[in-house]
Amino acid sequence: MNLLTIIVLLPLAGFLLNGLLGRRLGRTFVSIVGCGLPVLAFFATVKAVLLLQAAGPDAALLEVAYRWASFGDRGFDVAFYFDRLTAVMTLIITGVGSLIHVYSTGYMKDDPGYARYFAYLNLFLFFMLTLVLGRSLLVCFVGWEGVGLASYLLIGFWFEDPAKAAAGKKAFITNRVGDAGFLLGLFLLYWALGTVNMDEINAAFAAPVAPAVSASLVGVLLFIGATGKSAQIPLHVWLPDAMAGPTPVSALIHAATMVTAGVYLVARLHGIYEHAPEASQVVAVIGVLTAFFAATIALVQTDIKKVLAYSTVSQLGLMFLALGVGAYGVAVFHVYTHAFFKACLFLGAGSVIHALGGEQDIRKMGGLWRRIPLTFGTFAIATAAIAGIPPLAGFFSKDEILWFALASEHGGSPILWALASAASLMTSFYMFRLLWLTFLTPSRMSHDTEHHVHESPFSMTGVLVVLAVLSAIGGFFQLPHFLEPLLPIPAVMESLEHYEHTFVYLAVAVALLGFVAATVMYRGGLARGEALAARFPRLHRALGGKYFIDELYEAVLYRPLHWISDRVFLGLGDRFLIDGSLHGLAALTRRASGRLKLVETGQLQWYVAMAVIGVVGCLAWVWRHG
Amino acid sequence: MADTQLLLGLSFVLFALGLVGVMVRRNALVMLMCMELMLNAVILALVTFSLETATLSGAVLVFLIFVVAAAEIAIAIPIVLQLSRQRSSLDVEGYDRLKG
Repeated sequence: MNLLTIIVLLPLAGFLLNGLLGRRLGRTFVSIVGCGLPVLAFFATVKAVLLLQAAGPDAALLEVAYRWASFGDRGFDVAFYFDRLTAVMTLIITGVGSLIHVYSTGYMKDDPGYARYFAYLNLFLFFMLTLVLGRSLLVCFVGWEGVGLASYLLIGFWFEDPAKAAAGKKAFITNRVGDAGFLLGLFLLYWALGTVNMDEINAAFAAPVAPAVSASLVGVLLFIGATGKSAQIPLHVWLPDAMAGPTPVSALIHAATMVTAGVYLVARLHGIYEHAPEASQVVAVIGVLTAFFAATIALVQTDIKKVLAYSTVSQLGLMFLALGVGAYGVAVFHVYTHAFFKACLFLGAGSVIHALGGEQDIRKMGGLWRRIPLTFGTFAIATAAIAGIPPLAGFFSKDEILWFALASEHGGSPILWALASAASLMTSFYMFRLLWLTFLTPSRMSHDTEHHVHESPFSMTGVLVVLAVLSAIGGFFQLPHFLEPLLPIPAVMESLEHYEHTFVYLAVAVALLGFVAATVMYRGGLARGEALAARFPRLHRALGGKYFIDELYEAVLYRPLHWISDRVFLGLGDRFLIDGSLHGLAALTRRASGRLKLVETGQLQWYVAMAVIGVVGCLAWVWRHG
Repeated sequence: MADTQLLLGLSFVLFALGLVGVMVRRNALVMLMCMELMLNAVILALVTFSLETATLSGAVLVFLIFVVAAAEIAIAIPIVLQLSRQRSSLDVEGYDRLKG
């Protein structure tokens, strides 16, 4: 029984069916295949989880699907590995993935590329499952690249718009930078350990004889890969632009699943990071800085999806902070709660955009709670969850991240805690700002738009309700303890042992403070916010311009590269050297043949004479030299 | 072995005559005849050597050349006939359209 292989191949079958036949067989067929196969994969995953639970807390299912390459007594297998960490990730991917597929049937109903859309979405699921189920880093890398491809295809789904096509390219190219780090780390591990199976790598680093490779170097290289995929500083620039894709794609790929691949990778290879305090420190610092700066940018964004995009970057930063202080299980816990509430938020935003006929600017919204109450209710629950209001899901995971950022023996520090708390405060503030401006303040919609506002169909609102319920109750499942047999929970500093409850109250106070501040500022509409922006114009411009990172990259990287490509490679290399040499050769041949053709007169006797001269010449040469 | 030398000398003279004929005469028919002369010179040389070495291979080759010569003439004469029909001239200087 190849259960794990079946889980992976089901979405691939969906991709092939929809990609090859979808256009001919109509929308009903596409919907059934596109949603049915992920749902089947979800049930298969549930079955695998039950098998795993029966086998014990630190057991793992292992399945070799195919011998990929063999040389001598070594080789690479396409093998699937299923332990509790994989189980959590696979459940999120197939579960939330299936919900978003169902939602898409409503959201994309009138799109001419319906079949193509579902084919891509299934392709994404296939690669994502390959990524998390692969036992070896190599198989994981195939999935890693594959999700990048699917992400590119879906960001640029409406490729007629050049800006959207460019956003797809930006995501793809930025990811390539990170992938270089991933590959170098992979090569280094294979060179040092002779294996790329992740369970064996962890075991090798836990062995009493340390492997002959610096854990920190490998850790940092793999983390570079993770920064690309998970949009951490300095490679975070692609994620906000990725919002060009359809909104369900933003929910699935750019919030719930693909961007957490980096977190999964670090958690999966925790054996390396446990023995690499320097690399862990890098992870924690990058994570907390990303969380902080992305949150500041989100404060002033006016596009509903951009706010959520920066919020995602910020939350991913918090996950990496947890990884950096050794709380791997807690990071996965936040992946899990974040998948629910962020998917709910994005899908809610999609419902709003759907209701308003494509409007995304929150300055032109307001008063929607009465018109689309179901969307408002679910959005409000998810907002409270991400802000960290107890007892919703986000509270549990975020509180634990803050606690370990302060108290972990594995690199916790007050500075990390302070920055993360500030990010958390801002999260609460900008999310409630979004809620006020979109739903609660008096309407700022144009009369024409207002006339058309309508609640979304059941396929969309039903999914929203399921996700809102999960956002509300998901935190009661104590994931870090479930994962403890695999991912150890770090020890807490002795001096802080008795203060855990104090910091829980502090975290709640921070969340409530954000809520109160947003209420005071935005209850009456835009006026107070704009007054504040007018008082600090330079700060507002820096935040609104996203710290001008894109402009910096353009000046430092794009322009010189463009100049070199244009002048050196195109001008000198292509035009001058290659074209020049070929044209020169052609001209030489033409001129030479122009001379030589004079010999060919067409006169028979001239030819005979030349033949005689040739024969006599040969004879004379033989006579002299022979 | 004065006979051999005499025969070889004759063969050389015949060959030279044929060659010069091909090179200087412009009439296509005469050029063909000169080519035959060259072939005969070669045959004469072959027979001479065959006698000299008392082997038959040279004589056998002669029959081969006869066959080739007959085939050559069988193709060449119709070509010459066609040429004379088209332009009523056999001057090869007029036929230079085969040049590249």
